Amino acid sequence: MMLDVAWWIIGVGLAFDLLGCVGLIRLPDVYNRAQAATKCVTLGTCMLLLGVAFVGFSGTSVPMGIKALICAAFVLLTSPVGAHAICRGAYLSGVKLWPESVEDAFGPRADQIQQQPTQKGAADREETKAP
Amino acid sequence: MKWLLCLFLVFALWMLLMWSLDPLVIGTGAFFALLVGTYLGDIYPEQLHKVFSPKRWLFFILYVPYFLYYCVRANLDVAFRVLHPDVPIRPGIVRIRTTLTGDMAKTFLANSITLTPGTLTIDIDGQDLYIHCINVPPGDIAKRSREICGTFEPLLRRIFE
Amino acid sequence: MSCLELIAFAVLLLSAVLCLYRIGRGPTAPDRAVSIDILGTLIVGFCCIMALATGRDYYMNIAIAWALISFVATLALAKYLEGRSYDA
Repeated sequence: MMLDVAWWIIGVGLAFDLLGCVGLIRLPDVYNRAQAATKCVTLGTCMLLLGVAFVGFSGTSVPMGIKALICAAFVLLTSPVGAHAICRGAYLSGVKLWPESVEDAFGPRADQIQQQPTQKGAADREETKAP
Repeated sequence: MKWLLCLFLVFALWMLLMWSLDPLVIGTGAFFALLVGTYLGDIYPEQLHKVFSPKRWLFFILYVPYFLYYCVRANLDVAFRVLHPDVPIRPGIVRIRTTLTGDMAKTFLANSITLTPGTLTIDIDGQDLYIHCINVPPGDIAKRSREICGTFEPLLRRIFE
Repeated sequence: MSCLELIAFAVLLLSAVLCLYRIGRGPTAPDRAVSIDILGTLIVGFCCIMALATGRDYYMNIAIAWALISFVATLALAKYLEGRSYDA
């Protein structure tokens, strides 16, 4: 009974994984791809881990279940941060939005970020100039 | 106080991962918890004592199923858009305002937004969030803010502030 | 190894092939970075199906380590794309 529930959860997770990767192929630009892929693959993998936790707690081995839950928490916390960092990096490195996008409110802020020098970089330049 | 809490959290994580009461395991865990707590304790968030408030835990437990519901809805939405032959998207980056102030609260708000319907946080600047939407909602800043982060703000304020 | 586990491996392998296609074709560098991030998350999925198939729990240790290291790698790639100092 528990095993059936676990395999249903794993099956739904696998379907989400596959859909996320199809999104990676079909959508037009980096930002849309990151959206589809991050959402679907994060939830899919979390469901896989949840299924493994079910199997573990229903008798196979309790440590496996606990590790699966801890890993699910890690994936859920780190994956959106990674997608955010890559999208910010993509915008600042000059990747344009898809031409049919309707709005772009980030342009002025990106210019502002690129103009201010980083403190570390400025300090390094000072040091090399000094002697 | 904060040092003790860090120590306890690291040690608890170690014991959960190892899942045995061997004295050698406990000794190694205690040694590394001491090391990590002493050298890396200052990067933990301030006001860690909030961990012990039961009211916050209650709201956190309420928050998890609420968040999972929106997360599954987001995935079905994205799956529909991906499988539709015309790929019906209308992407764009919008700016919204949040009323949350704490760092932890804003981090969790940004993560929740990234995992919910058709939105991805690109940058946070004080109270402003820059969001990439797969399907831009109509209206001005106030209306969009209510629509995108209004669902999470009340609960997150009670958990983290 | 049962039939269900084989199907699970096949689906994950198909997803990984789609990711590899995007890594090979991706017109810009961020495309490839996103695909590498996704591939890391898929490998965590592989590890947990392996744990189910063999019944050994050390595969979950691999999964945890892989999740954390792929996160650090993604952040480093993103910082590199920004083209700025690594401290900011």
